[in-house]
Amino acid sequence: MTALLEVPAAHLPRRAWVEQVMGLPVSVHVRGENAGSGTVEQAVADLYAELRRADARFSTYRDDSEVMARRRGEAPVPSAQMAEVLELCDEARRRTHGAFDAELPGGFDPSGLVKGWAVERAAERLREAARGSDWLVNAGGDIVLRAEEGRTWQVAIEDPRDPARTLRTFALSDGAVATSGAAHRGAHIVDPRTGRPAAQQVLSATVLAPSLLWADVYATAAYVGGVDSLSWLAPAATQVLLVRGDGSLISSRQVAGRRVRPWTVPLARVLG
Amino acid sequence: MRRVTLWFASTVSALVLLFSYHTSTSSSGAQAAALAPATPGTASTATTPATDPAPSASASASASSDSTSSTSSSGTFTGESVDTRWGPVQVQVTVKDGAVTDVQAVVYPTENGRDQEINSYALPLLHDEVIAAQSAQIDAVGGATVTSDGYISSLQSALDAAHLGS
Repeated sequence: MTALLEVPAAHLPRRAWVEQVMGLPVSVHVRGENAGSGTVEQAVADLYAELRRADARFSTYRDDSEVMARRRGEAPVPSAQMAEVLELCDEARRRTHGAFDAELPGGFDPSGLVKGWAVERAAERLREAARGSDWLVNAGGDIVLRAEEGRTWQVAIEDPRDPARTLRTFALSDGAVATSGAAHRGAHIVDPRTGRPAAQQVLSATVLAPSLLWADVYATAAYVGGVDSLSWLAPAATQVLLVRGDGSLISSRQVAGRRVRPWTVPLARVLG
Repeated sequence: MRRVTLWFASTVSALVLLFSYHTSTSSSGAQAAALAPATPGTASTATTPATDPAPSASASASASSDSTSSTSSSGTFTGESVDTRWGPVQVQVTVKDGAVTDVQAVVYPTENGRDQEINSYALPLLHDEVIAAQSAQIDAVGGATVTSDGYISSLQSALDAAHLGS
């Protein structure tokens, strides 16, 4: 038997689910002895249901959402969830020195914060239901995960210049990874300070942090703020990875004086 | 061998669902079908699922072997034809010594020009990615927001497909 030579996690039962919520593909992976249990199945169903409810409340694409009602001035008393989001938006603006702001020229839009907030909340169900197993939720490229002691999830970061390639792989046991950039959706991120699409100082910004909400907010802020944002971001995040227009990488470790040589790995080698 | 057989079934099912999902985004942009774990089917003789199958979407597929016994790790496996809103979809997986060597959609929507255009690039991409992902050492891919339209050609979709129902 070759079991000793193999990664322990590879032998564990594993299941995956994918649904479209909030306009995003949201994948859930559970790996462990109870991956196939009814408890986990139910928790995953509840997770998706909670995301659909968050979408109904916070979507800027639905006229009947609370966000749109608020834009029209029709919802002066916010719901409890809206109140929580409003508070977090304030905190995000402060923490990012204005690089994140839900008050955009087009109106109130907390989308940049709500996705991470909602996914992180919904994933809390797995913390209990999938106890003893590893779980990972990937919402359109932003990931929150947890692995049992001694095990990790291998999370690769996509190359913004070529989504078929990955730049770097992290072995993670707990926390979140979020990336902001223009690779898939074009120039969709608006710099709240100018009201214009964020300048292309970096192609993408990836942030590792304990919380998906903050990883997501910081990644948006780092994409908007570019290399300058590292001065406040590096101490706040676990790790930051910026990809510049010329393909070079800057990681938060470089700020501490370590030179990081830009490198890329062809997908075949990462997968092989 | 049981796990291998189950993997075939789930992969074929996942592919069918990916195709149906894919076409859905091109047709309406509406919420797509959930990609559900497969119910091991006719090829999985005398097996019980390693995990509770409990599919959560209406579509599922099962593998059947054309050329070899279901306990062999080589052969061509054709999924059942699945009716999607956009037409029937059927996928064939070729396996040699336990590894997928080819993935083909034998039936897929071609009714309109948009279907044909999308399938002309989505089918080869899916083929390459499923082959690559089955030996993947990575579990997830992070990146700038992947939208529903982009999902079909994303690495994450191939990683999901490799584990749906496994």
